[in-house]
Amino acid sequence: MAGLLIFSENNGLALELVTAAKSLNAAAVSACVINNDEQAQALASTGIQVYAVKNNDLLMADVGAIATAVTQVADKAGADTVLLASNRRGKELAGRLAQAMNAGCLTDVAALSIEGDKILCQRNALGGATVATQCIDAANKVIAIRPRIFEAAAEGGTGAVDEIAVDVKKSGVTVLEFKPRAGEDVDIEAAEVLVVVGQGLNSQDDLPAVEELAKKLGGEVACSKPVATDKKWLSEERIIGLSGKKCKPQLAILMGISGQVQFTVGIRDAKTIVAVNSDENATINQMADYIITADLHDVVAQMNQKLG
Amino acid sequence: MNIVVAMKQIPDLQQIRIRNRQPILDDVPLTLGNIDKNALEAGVNLRDEHGGKVIVLSAGNENIEDTVKEALAAGADEAFLVIDDSLDGAESSLIADVLAASIQQIEEPSLILFGEGSGDNYSGQVGSRVAEILNLSQVSFASNIEIKGNQAVVTRSLEDGEEIVQIDLPAVVAVLADINEPRIPSVTQILKAGKKPKEVLELDELKVEAGKAMVITASNLAPETERKKVVVKSVDELIQALTTEGYVGR
Repeated sequence: MAGLLIFSENNGLALELVTAAKSLNAAAVSACVINNDEQAQALASTGIQVYAVKNNDLLMADVGAIATAVTQVADKAGADTVLLASNRRGKELAGRLAQAMNAGCLTDVAALSIEGDKILCQRNALGGATVATQCIDAANKVIAIRPRIFEAAAEGGTGAVDEIAVDVKKSGVTVLEFKPRAGEDVDIEAAEVLVVVGQGLNSQDDLPAVEELAKKLGGEVACSKPVATDKKWLSEERIIGLSGKKCKPQLAILMGISGQVQFTVGIRDAKTIVAVNSDENATINQMADYIITADLHDVVAQMNQKLG
Repeated sequence: MNIVVAMKQIPDLQQIRIRNRQPILDDVPLTLGNIDKNALEAGVNLRDEHGGKVIVLSAGNENIEDTVKEALAAGADEAFLVIDDSLDGAESSLIADVLAASIQQIEEPSLILFGEGSGDNYSGQVGSRVAEILNLSQVSFASNIEIKGNQAVVTRSLEDGEEIVQIDLPAVVAVLADINEPRIPSVTQILKAGKKPKEVLELDELKVEAGKAMVITASNLAPETERKKVVVKSVDELIQALTTEGYVGR
């Protein structure tokens, strides 16, 4: 590996990428920062070289232009490998940047390791049924890493912040409006305990009791995808699964969940799993530490009563 | 206005069994990616509103001629298929080369739709790569698409909010699964699907300069799960277990 460049529009995730980059024994680690002075300072104070692009015509919403800019910075930085965050913006950028750099690309990477001169990456495959270990066999590489796999880098050292000019063509992309996500500011990925409801939940009216239980256990309520997207009983921020959040709580109590792999991929790293299902043969029981065959509504009511 | 919907043939994930941590894919039926079906539904709805044709584009082994009927039954007007055994499970960069070359052969494609990720790999690269190859604007994670003349207004749903973006057409848009509920075709629609026009090309007819494979898979195994699988008979027993584990009464 020659040099390694990191880029994320998200300040917290960019700091996680610094830690990821430092784990890879690269000859040099540098960061690309676009129109974000605060991030440039934060990254420089971790001791890495920062290339700061300042160009008000460059919109984060214009993925083609961002890919062009990052490609030019990678070139000037002498980087053949770019690490991105696999949040939505990062994942959308990954393929485009890889194409622009003529690079091989892996997204949603959950673990990185070095073997000789190869970077081994682990990611889910076959809808989460398997975990593939893959590496990129190409001169240039783009790797998008899932949030929260690495700790944010701590301060240490002073890297230089060099302004860098990029040549980006005007494009047909305009941002008309940005609507911040209203309402809930819940972070199920940070919760130590999750009470997770699936399609076994009878009605939205049963949710307050589930919320009460989650609170008593010091946790949050999460759900399988249909509960949020089809029934709209809970917000999208609470979805666990392949296209939702991947959580690693200490305790997960899974209520009325059958156990399709597209769901279980998001919770299988929990330390302790309890399955509550009225079907004693539910697939979910195969991945549980404690199994109770009962109606989830009864279990919630009894637990609420007994936990005071 | 023609709408191209790129769809991937994948094994039916519900029917994959695991033996000794290895996925068993023999005899697993093929289907189209589930989020690709949302892309198709979005395309069909836009066609119904604005006219034109919906063309399903897919690259894979010879089975796609059969698998694509599902999409033709669900409202697509035509199929454009590129067939070669080497395309079965091929990596994103190769598929992107093939799809981009195919799109260049399709008459006036205004909108090229993808799912946000394939059902099996969920890598989400192909749409972005195609947009770069064809030098088109793109929006992924789309939760709404409106066509206004030669522009589209698309809602990109991000973790912290919704970004409403106006882009010039033609453009590449990758949709979220929540954008709609795909229709389930009737028996009559399924029967008629076989008669809809299909353009089928062999890979060498397409004259695409597909690059070399760049991703090597060292292993692909089901994760090892060691769980206690203790059956508890009552809520009291469950609470006792959670207390012993230190989750209750801390």
